[in-house]
Order: sequence, then C-alpha cells, then structure tokens
Amino acid sequence: MTKIKTKSLQKRDSDLANSNRQLEILSSGVFENGELPTFKDKIAETKQFPLRPNKLEILQINLGYMCNQVCEHCHVDAGPDRKEIMTRETMQQCLEVIKKTGAHTLDLTGGAPEMNPEFRWFVEEASKAGIKDFIVRSNLTIIRANKKYYDLPDFFKKHNVHVVSSMPHWTRGKTDKQRGEGVFDMSIKALQELNERGYGMPDSGLRLDLVYNPSGAFLPGDQMAMEKDFKKALMEDFGIQFHNLFAITNLPISRFLDYLIASENYEDYMYALVEAYNPMAVKNVMCTNTISISWDGWLYDCDFNQMLNLKVASKVKHVSEYNEELLQDRNIIISQHCYGCTAGAGSSCQGVVA
Amino acid sequence: MAKTYYDPSDLRKFGKITEWNEELGNKFFDYYGKVFEEGALTAREKSLIALAVAHTEQCPYCIDAYTKDGLQRGVTKEEMMEAIHVGAAIKSGATLVHGVQMMNKVNKLDG
Ligand code: SF4
Ligand code: SF4
Repeated sequence: MTKIKTKSLQKRDSDLANSNRQLEILSSGVFENGELPTFKDKIAETKQFPLRPNKLEILQINLGYMCNQVCEHCHVDAGPDRKEIMTRETMQQCLEVIKKTGAHTLDLTGGAPEMNPEFRWFVEEASKAGIKDFIVRSNLTIIRANKKYYDLPDFFKKHNVHVVSSMPHWTRGKTDKQRGEGVFDMSIKALQELNERGYGMPDSGLRLDLVYNPSGAFLPGDQMAMEKDFKKALMEDFGIQFHNLFAITNLPISRFLDYLIASENYEDYMYALVEAYNPMAVKNVMCTNTISISWDGWLYDCDFNQMLNLKVASKVKHVSEYNEELLQDRNIIISQHCYGCTAGAGSSCQGVVA
Repeated sequence: MAKTYYDPSDLRKFGKITEWNEELGNKFFDYYGKVFEEGALTAREKSLIALAVAHTEQCPYCIDAYTKDGLQRGVTKEEMMEAIHVGAAIKSGATLVHGVQMMNKVNKLDG
C-alpha cells in the first residue's frame, strides 16, 4: 500500500488554494521591483507578444481532481479529498467536440482520470471518434490501487490507448520522497504489467511513455540523456522497457509553489527559470496547440491556466458553446508561471519543445 | 559593504567578470563551456568530478552549482557523497604521502 503523505492545499485551508493569491505572488516581489522582467516584457523583446494559438493539435480533458496519490508537488492540487469530477453530461458535450475537432490528439488527465466512475464509458465512446493519438495520463499506482483497476492494462490495450505515466526517478528513494512511500514498488509492478501486454516494447504500437519531473527546486536535465539513464536503469534493475521519456519542468503554481515558498527556494527558482529562458521555445509552448477542458467544462489555454482559474480570453468559454474557429482567434493569457514552459529546451506535456 | 565574504547571490553575477576584461572573460567562459560538453566523458561524469573538486577547493559557489547540476542530471545523493569521498581521499592521501618527506628529513638530520 502507498502511504499518503499530505493533504491537498484546499483541505489544508491554505492561502494558496486560492488561485488569485498565487497570481498575486507571481506578479509581486522580484517581478514587481524590476529585478526580473515579467514574462510579457520578455516575450515582447522578440516580438512574440501577444501570444497567439497556432493550429489546434491537442484536446486535453481533465476528468477530475480526485487522485489516489497526493504528490508533494502536484500542480493540480489533486488528492483523495478532492471531489471535483466530470459528469456524464459534460462528457457528452466533450464527445460532441471530439467528433468535430481538427485536433489529432486527445489527452485525458486528472487527478487520476481512471477514478472517474464514467471513465470507461467515456474512453469507449471517445475511441469511436477515430482520434489518431488517444492518450491517458495514468499515474501507474492506480493500476495496483484496488482490484477494480487491475484490468486497466487490458482495457487500455483494447482501446489502443497511449499510456503516459509519471516516474520521478529510477531509484526507490527519490520516487517515494516525491510521490509517497510505496509508490516506486507499485509503479514498477504496473510497468511490468503494461510490458506484459506489449506496452512499451520496441516495435509495439502500444505506446508507453514516461514523464520525468524534478523532485525538488531545480530544472530537469537534458531529456535525451535522462531517457538514456532511465532506460538503462529500469532495464538492468527490472527488465522494464518504455518508448520515450518526457522531461517536464515544474511550474511555480499550486503545491509546487507552496513548496518553493516554504523551503525558501522561490526566488532562486524564478531566477533559474528566467536565466534559462529560451526565446526559441516560445513559439511552440503547449498553449499554442492545445485547448484544456476542465472537469466542469470550462475552456483554458493550458492545464496550468486551468489550475490558476484563468479561463480563455474568448467569447467561447465553455464546452457547451464550443466553436473552434472563434476559439482559435484569441490571445493567450500569460503570467510569470509561463517561464516554466520556456526554460532551456522548453517544456510541455509532451516534453521539450525547442 | 557586505558583512560576509561570500554571498550566495554573487554566483548569479559570475558572468559580470567579463565587464572588466571582456576578452579574457569570454575566453574563460568559452573554455569552461567546452570543457563540460559531452566528450570522451559524459556530461554526468564531468559533473561528478566537478562536485568532488568543488569540495577539495572548498568553493561554496561551485558546491552550490554542482550539487544543483547533479540533481538536474538525476545524480543521486549516494553518488554525490561517494564522489566527495574520492576528493577527500586524494586530499588526505596527498597530505599523508608528504609524511615520507618528513620521515626522510628526520632520518637525515637525526638518524
Ligand atoms: S499522481 Fe498526478 S494528479 Fe495525482 S497527486 Fe500525483 S501529480 Fe497530482
Ligand atoms: S503556462 Fe500555459 S499559457 Fe503559459 S506558456 Fe505555458 S502553456 Fe502557455
């Protein structure tokens, strides 16, 4: 069993559970006194303000904030105590969008999306729409959390779902520190089960990718080098295989922001992000090709803006009134958290962008 | 004036040394950057060597920088500590091997 380490910010009645408070922090201090440039000023240097969408490629749908884990740095502030869950009615509205969209990728996320009681129904219906790449972000431990989830690997295989899973490190110590005691062993077991079904095998069409994000107040290293190290260690120690590793930068929001402030790393981290700013990454940041839909059907530029409650700056704000053409004609809402997407080789849900 | 010799935020200003001698400063940073590129040794191996040397040099800036660099590369704390022991072993070995010089001198003067 995994041991839950903490509670969501919401449950803790933390100041930071309020997204306005987070936005206030991100706009004050070193950004207010001019020590560091705001993200807006920075992208204006290369004439990239206002940030605008390019072609829509990815629909990311958040099925709810409930999760079996409470990872220390979760940007969703997810956990077992979160009750926000997408209803079948909202899912039906999403299905209408999926049938019509020009996006080639559907990306289901959470929380643990599998904990939504309508998850399987939704996957079955959505897969009928013939989307090219159908991703489920699975935290791995959910597969071993309860008997009712044991068949998930078979279910994923049946619907040719592309599984993308978090793995903070190839060692037990570093993984459990970030995600909770016992998470490493359960994740390894889940990966082995996915491998047994053909997931992650070199020539297999059943795609299994891992997501790495740093366990503390530092940026991710080179994605290719990390992938090599992960592959070597997981193969040697457990015989596990997977396709690609996405190295993702932690954005200074939600529980990660709380951690940065509590550990007195906030300023240094923002300095590190700004120093690593790469103007080449800006044109491919996630919001330029993604629409994020929340559990209650609101539309956002990205998952991070969803967590900051920054709804799209468009006449169309809800999935019930979805209109792709209108929606694509908008300015993307930015703040200093966006520096997390443009550091080094850049960062998105699909890893580096530059 | 600062009340301490070392200020962590000075590390961020390292690049400013070029302001007072651009040519030499730039040459140094070019060289530095090149040294740490992937070569016959991996960038990860170089990072661990740098961490060990940072300790034998007892440079707090380098210790900060290469601890963070190691974390970014997925280096574990066990690997970091072992690297430091290598540095420490060479440091103490280098001290102790000079004991032979002392012994030689004693034998010559008072043997
Ligand atoms: S598994 Fe993912 S969604 Fe769940 S708490 Fe961890 S980071 Fe958050
Ligand atoms: S945080 Fe969202 S809005 Fe900001 S750059 Fe990243 S993807 Fe775009």
